[in-house]
Order: sequence, then C-alpha cells, then structure tokens
Amino acid sequence: MTALELESVSKRFDTPDGGSYRALEHVSLSVPAGAFVAIVGPSGCGKSTLLNVAAGLLTPSAGNVRVDGEALSGLNRRATYMFQQDALLPWKNVRENVALGLVFAGSAAAERNARADEWLARVGLSAFATHYPSQLSGGMRKRVAMAQNWIIDRPMLLMDEPFSALDVHTRQRMETELLTLWESTAEATHSLPDRSSGSAEGAKAGAPRLKKTVVFVTHDLEEAIALADEVVVLSAGPASHIVARHPVTLDRPRDLFELRTSAAFVDLYRSLWAVLRDEVIKSQRHA
Amino acid sequence: MKSSRASATRNATVLAWQVAVGTGVLAAWQTLVTLGILDTFFVSRPSEIAKRLSTWVISGTLWGHLATTLEESVLGLIVGAALGISVGFGFARSPMVARVLDPYIKMLNAVPRVVLAPLFLLWFGLGIWSKVALAVTLVFFVMFFNTYQGVRDADRVLIDNARMLGASERQLVRHVLIPSALTWIFSSLQTSLGFAMVGAVVGEYLGSTRGLGYVISQAEGTFDTTGVFAGMTVLGLVVVIVSAGVSRLERWLLRWKA
Repeated sequence: MTALELESVSKRFDTPDGGSYRALEHVSLSVPAGAFVAIVGPSGCGKSTLLNVAAGLLTPSAGNVRVDGEALSGLNRRATYMFQQDALLPWKNVRENVALGLVFAGSAAAERNARADEWLARVGLSAFATHYPSQLSGGMRKRVAMAQNWIIDRPMLLMDEPFSALDVHTRQRMETELLTLWESTAEATHSLPDRSSGSAEGAKAGAPRLKKTVVFVTHDLEEAIALADEVVVLSAGPASHIVARHPVTLDRPRDLFELRTSAAFVDLYRSLWAVLRDEVIKSQRHA
Repeated sequence: MKSSRASATRNATVLAWQVAVGTGVLAAWQTLVTLGILDTFFVSRPSEIAKRLSTWVISGTLWGHLATTLEESVLGLIVGAALGISVGFGFARSPMVARVLDPYIKMLNAVPRVVLAPLFLLWFGLGIWSKVALAVTLVFFVMFFNTYQGVRDADRVLIDNARMLGASERQLVRHVLIPSALTWIFSSLQTSLGFAMVGAVVGEYLGSTRGLGYVISQAEGTFDTTGVFAGMTVLGLVVVIVSAGVSRLERWLLRWKA
C-alpha cells in the first residue's frame, strides 16, 4: 500500500523582484507504507520544499499529493514532522514539550503526564523532566523532539535533516536510537493503549500495525544509506527533479557503528555518489 | 554556587556605586548652593527638599496625592496594555487590516499628547478619567508596537511544529504566540510604566485638584522650587520601586531563559 504519493508535483515561489523561482519540477514519488525513504540532494535543491509539500505546510503549484490514497488538503494529519532547527517551546519544560501534542488533542493532565513520562523513560531523559530546553545539550533536545513526535503516534514521520546540527558521534547515536525506535514501533504501540490523538489512527487501531513510514531528508549520503530502505537523489536546483532511486538492501537491524566500513555499504555509496556528485558540482556552480 | 556568590559580590559593588553617585550629586548640589554659586531661588537645595518631604510624610498630605496619581497610572497602564496587546495581536494575525490601518496608527501616534489634554478635560471632566485617558494614549502605542513586533517575530519553526502536532488556531495563540511575544511585551512594560505616570502627572498638571502633578503645578505657581523638586523626587522614587517589582515578575515569568 502507498502511504505517500507525489504525482508530478511542481512548486514555484514568487521572488521579491516579481519573478518566480522554480523549486520543484514534476517530482513524482511514491512511498510504500512502513518504508524508510531517504531523500538526498545538494543544498538548495528543494529537499525541504518537497517535505513541506508532503506535510501540507506548502501547497504545490501543480500536481497532486495523496496520503493513504486520499488527496491531501491542508495539513497532513497522518504525519508528524521533525525539523532541522530546534522546534521545542523554550518556555515549556521537557515533560510539557513531550506532552504538547496530547495537550492539543485535549487529553487530561494526569494521562498526558503519565504518557510523557513513559516516553521520557524510553529516550533516557526521565531525570530531565522539569528542565527547560535551554538547559539541555543538542542531542538531548533532539531526543525530546523525537519523543514529542512519537507520542502522538501518527503513521508517518517526516524528518528534515534532524541531526545535521549535531557533532558526528552524537549524530550516530541519534541515528541508532531512531532506528531502534522505528523498528520497535509495532510492539510499542500495543503497550500504549490510548491513542486519542486523531481519528486517522483510531480507525486503524484494530489492524495489525506496520512500522511508521519515514521520509528522511538529508544532504549526507552516508546517513541516507545507513538508515533507509531506499535512497532518492534529487537534482540541483532550480527546478529540482528526481535523478535516481536506489534500493538499499542491507540487513536489519543495522549496526551503524560497523556498517559504514562494510563492503556492501561502500559499493552502494560508490554507485550513488556517482550520481549525486554531478548534482553537487552543478549546485556549486550556481552558488 | 560559586558563580552565584560572584554575582552577589558584583551586585553589592553596583549598589555601592549607585549610592555613591547619588550621594555625590546631592553633596555637590548642597555645597554649590551653600557657597552661593547656585541660587536657592532657582534650584532649592537637597536639605530643604528632604525637610519638605518629611513634612509631607508626617502631616500625611503626601499619601492622598500619591494614591491619586498611582490610581490613574495603574488604570492607564491596565487599559492601555489591554488595548495595545489585543490590537497588536489583531494586526499581527491579519496583515490586510494592518496594512489598511497603518497610516492612521502612525498619524495618531504623532499627535503630541499635551495637545490632547484639554480635549480630554472637556470629554472626561476634571476627575481621574481625563488623566487615565492621557496615560492610555501613551501606553497603548508602546504596547501595541511591541506586541505587533513580538508576534510577528515568533519563530516560524515553532509555529509549524505546533501546527503539525495538531494545534488549533486558539491553541497556537495560547501556547506559542503569546509566550513568544511575552519577552517583547515585558520589555515594553517597563517603558509603559514610566509613560503611564507621565500621562497621569501631565494630566494633573494641566487641570486637577489632586495628585502629584497638581502639587507640582501649585508649587510652580508660587515659585516654590523646593515643592517642585520634592514632587519630582517622589515621582522618581515611586518609578524605581515599581519597576523593581516588575523586574522580579519578569524574571519569574521568563525563568525558562538560560
């Protein structure tokens, strides 16, 4: 089943001088439910625009977006979105931030605190429940953001270079934690009985659960291969389009600390880099 | 721990210097008058001002006037802030309205408030409301501009994140926009407080039967410079005390800042 489908999506932005900038041009992409798809491309290639279109934060200038087979109008209510920048509310403490989606859904205070604490335990931040985001390290803030996204348990997770601001070791740890969470989703959702955060999940509560569908945007090819089932390469902007799609057949669960030196990984990297390299060179000519 | 002790020492140093500066100015003033370089008729002298203040306190005449001025200022501050914050919010959330009304806001803000005072006396009478109105015209614009800026300045990512997590428009205002504008609103509260008192005192000065502005204008009418300076001293002390209170409140409300 297709969770997310973009059909010949184009997006133009008006520029201050009265012209228009073509960010995306005829992008067609379908993401099967439960798949982990990484989108790579040189900076400025419209990766984030693509993700924002999938999230419903931007409406495409042309083309169609379908989520679980239905045309998307307004925000994508089946997805959560993890931003590149810090998106935690600085005036709320860690527990309140994790519970934010539950507050919006109107759950009772006792229930949402209990569930927030459960998630804080899962991301190893129980001791920091009453800290404010400014008192945490970058990696901790990302864990809070993950808990904030996963607590409302939507079937799709959109991620826009979520770990790009972290140092390389923290980053590998966060990638590992992301994969662990993702691979354990199926069991996890059964241990959390009440999913009151929207009708979309409610309707599917009885069905056997798939893993979340993840669309992960990054400029880092290594990260893309290490995490994803499929890597999609976008061309340099303007008028970005898909130049390659490549399945990643590495076994799961993956050991990210060893994976990068394995022969299979290196082969994949080489063949994808051959495509991406040209786009990076093009993008630098414009810059 | 260590850093908090260090900052305590630094605070003590600052306080010592503040006292030193004040004392120095007063001592110089007193000396210059005593030496006859400055004329008491024009600038009075600190010892006499202190004597006058203590007379006011002991006889109790000060409290009634002070209470009137404070009442007008607080009312002006509350009404002006409420109007300024809500209109600021409205403008920030509906850019079309903001663009249409923009020149009018600028025009109104350019009107010198002293010019309005006689009108307000006519409209609202000699009592406190004409002074409250004058204070409101000053407070409103400060609060309005800061709220408008604060809401527009709210981080796009925080807004998008909250919306993706399911926030309705009202929840967005409550959980994201108001707290994010609060820093701006608070910094303007300090300014507004001073403006509210200016509005009240100017109003009293131009026509009233009570309040510190009235006391000052009476003293001026009889060339009683000591009375004028004593009135100004009271005003200054009140502003310092009240803004210390506002600072504490601000620190508590913005405690999440690192």
